[in-house]
Amino acid sequence: MNQQSIPMRLPPAVQPAAWKRFFSPENRYLAPMFITCILLVGHFSFGILESYKKTGLAIVASLLTELILGRLFVGKWPNLSSAYITGISVGILVRSPAFWPYALCSIVSVMSKYVLRVKGRHIWNPSNFGISVLLFLAPETAATLSIQWGNYLLPMVVIWILGSIIIWRVRRFHITGTYVACFIAFAFLRSFLTGSPWQSEIAPLTGPMYQLFIFFMITDPKTTVRSKKWQCIVVAIIALVEMILRLTQVVYAPFYALFLVGPAALLIQMWWDSRRTVPARVAT
Amino acid sequence: MMRGPAGRIALAIVFAILVVSPLIIKRVISRDEGAKTRLNAQAALARHGFYLQEVSHAAGVNFVHQGPTLDPQLNHIMPEVASMGASVSIVDFDRDGWPDIYVTSSKEGARNALYRNMHDGTFKDVAEEMGVADVNRPGTGVSMGAVWGDYDNDGYEDLLLIKWGKPELFHNDGGHGFTRVTDQVGLPPWINANTALWFDYDGDGLLDLFIGGYYSEDVDLWHLKNTKMMPDSFEYAKNGGRKYLFHNLGNGKFEEVSEKMGINSRRWALAAAAADLRGTGHPDLFIANDYGVSELYFNDGKRFLEVGEQTGVGFAPKSGMNASFGDILNQGRYAVYVSNISEEGVLIQGNNLWIPKEGTDGGNLQYENLARDFGVEIGGWSFGAQFGDLNNDGTLDLYLTNGYVSLDRDRSYWYDFSEIAGGHSAIISDAKNWPSMEGRSLSGYQTKHVWLNDGSGKFVDVAQAIGVTDTYDGRAVAFADLWNQGVLDVIVANQRGPLLIYKNTVTPENTWIEFALEGTKSNRSAIGAEVTVFWNGQRQVQEVSGGSGFAAQNQRRLHFGLGKVSRIERVVIRWPSGATQTIENPAVNQIHEVKEPS
Repeated sequence: MNQQSIPMRLPPAVQPAAWKRFFSPENRYLAPMFITCILLVGHFSFGILESYKKTGLAIVASLLTELILGRLFVGKWPNLSSAYITGISVGILVRSPAFWPYALCSIVSVMSKYVLRVKGRHIWNPSNFGISVLLFLAPETAATLSIQWGNYLLPMVVIWILGSIIIWRVRRFHITGTYVACFIAFAFLRSFLTGSPWQSEIAPLTGPMYQLFIFFMITDPKTTVRSKKWQCIVVAIIALVEMILRLTQVVYAPFYALFLVGPAALLIQMWWDSRRTVPARVAT
Repeated sequence: MMRGPAGRIALAIVFAILVVSPLIIKRVISRDEGAKTRLNAQAALARHGFYLQEVSHAAGVNFVHQGPTLDPQLNHIMPEVASMGASVSIVDFDRDGWPDIYVTSSKEGARNALYRNMHDGTFKDVAEEMGVADVNRPGTGVSMGAVWGDYDNDGYEDLLLIKWGKPELFHNDGGHGFTRVTDQVGLPPWINANTALWFDYDGDGLLDLFIGGYYSEDVDLWHLKNTKMMPDSFEYAKNGGRKYLFHNLGNGKFEEVSEKMGINSRRWALAAAAADLRGTGHPDLFIANDYGVSELYFNDGKRFLEVGEQTGVGFAPKSGMNASFGDILNQGRYAVYVSNISEEGVLIQGNNLWIPKEGTDGGNLQYENLARDFGVEIGGWSFGAQFGDLNNDGTLDLYLTNGYVSLDRDRSYWYDFSEIAGGHSAIISDAKNWPSMEGRSLSGYQTKHVWLNDGSGKFVDVAQAIGVTDTYDGRAVAFADLWNQGVLDVIVANQRGPLLIYKNTVTPENTWIEFALEGTKSNRSAIGAEVTVFWNGQRQVQEVSGGSGFAAQNQRRLHFGLGKVSRIERVVIRWPSGATQTIENPAVNQIHEVKEPS
């Protein structure tokens, strides 16, 4: 899901403390480690994985696709942290008795980065694209993780705290925070509109699927707009579209909302940038 | 390097093909299914070797299950909560050699029915005169299932009735009536049970009893103290009813020994079945749990050991609703079929077909789920299933019923269900947090599955083609040769729906053999007796069961289809006492009554 930015090396004299370096945007292995942590905690506490083979298949398919396409189309061996996150996300989020959806979803996710590009930039979060395509086109074979972390509050709290710290350190907490605030507000609005208990409208937020969604998918630097203000506005729109989809009883509303809004926002930003660039060039 | 336009175009084409590949797969599958539905019943006889006709009315059976009305605090989700109770069990209660049928209803005050086989193709409800009809009196709970076993070895099958409420035991008085003996035998005052079975776990010749709780036993669903009685997790719930193991003391009393024997679980049990899975001579116990993993208890005759995770069946949590055994590969080993939930676009759990792994047996026994490879994975909101040779071709087929709540055809509750199912335990466990159903369906009006076994690891669904076209909310399935003609008929109990009797017509080219066993040293019902038939270079094993599937019990008699052969090499019977009996070259197309050598 989340792709890491290019690391910057600081002079030794101004090197921050080790823990700060670890929890910093420059640590491109932070997100892979965090998602691995979620996987291990989730599985060894509650067995969230359907099978090791399927999760392994998703990860291997993702890594291989990245390696092959990176070598063939970029001309170098790529860094695999992004592909690893994609593979592990697919392994956790996809639920299917069959093997092929895991492989297909991983491959399509990674390929989308190389195929669906505008002005040299991919516009869909890879795993969001792959999972949305799979859920939309193969609903009879695949679903997503829709359960909670067992019966206990503690694992959920730990993941929320750890995730929030990491997201805050990589300077994207405003995205997560805005989304959660909007989701809760819209949950109460949905409850008011539909008459459903507010607890049931809030319920999805307490599950691991949403934790992956808000910590990894919506915060992906490569597929979010540039300014902090607009990042907040876009994620609020994602929550709004999700609410509309939920009102029409779309089960996978968050994935589809991000699928629709994320690329649209990026395209608008590109168009806006191109309008601002052209007069500037004329002026010089 | 492929950075040029040609490389990019090639990549885009491959990408596009991969993206649409699920659609291509779906189209291929739906074309195959479309072909299957074009056959009619007579063509089915020629092509599949049998067909089924629903004959309940002609047979004089007009039973319609009625559901309960629970505490008003559950009104908003009543159809979902009050969604079980239709059950069917087969018994020859009067020992006339013809299978009779007992069915339950679950409305407060509703009557259960005991259909006596009249030998002329019809049945007559004698439950009232036998004293086993009026068992759903307000304040005592309502029926959820029944299993039959001769607990006192007097030759007549006794009736255990499980309820969301007070379990009841009725002694069979020589086939002329029943006497309620609940208070004498020592059963608890209240169990919210959905599964029970008779088995002699310690081999002492007396039938013992297992009862699995669903809701916690301290919940009275008609008088709720609070609404926090729902599962505390969709897949990891452990706040269900406790399990009971009643040891038969032989003096008309039972002792509850579950904890002492190693059975200590509060998962939400919906189905249980017992068979000797390891060849130890002791029946092992398989429990399919809703909202969690299945449990498998190995039995060494003295104690049970839970080995679900170790054997592979207790790893991935699903919504277990059925447990049935079948030697589907004619290898002398049992596969286990567990039904779960699959709903397109929401939840694809897939049913489990647990096959013993090659090279594992005894204490090392392990299973792998091959439901997808065998073609029996997707069955909707699946409930009861049974293995049996429906076309007498020598391999065990599989009948699965399904469908949860059929109300408004055009409006589904699935979105709300999936929303609450993803919530934390504090949310999901409280019924007041569940959105109102408002007359919506939840996996309703589903078509059933009759999977024919080709003997080499593939099952083909022929339900529509052979005449199973109903879409009721199916719960329990039982097999019995109702008319003693050497075929397995199918009896299906539907929630808030009619009892269906599918009469079977099988091509006469295929032969069969049946065994009606009676224990002497072993329990007289012969529950746990294992019969292995050797013929035509193959063998098939079956075991007399004290309850299997979901809320169901097949006929006591064991039925084997043999294909187009007229000679059996031998039959080996292993009695629960440990005694082994071999019958050389028994005649085919006959029911053999076999008494355990004393």
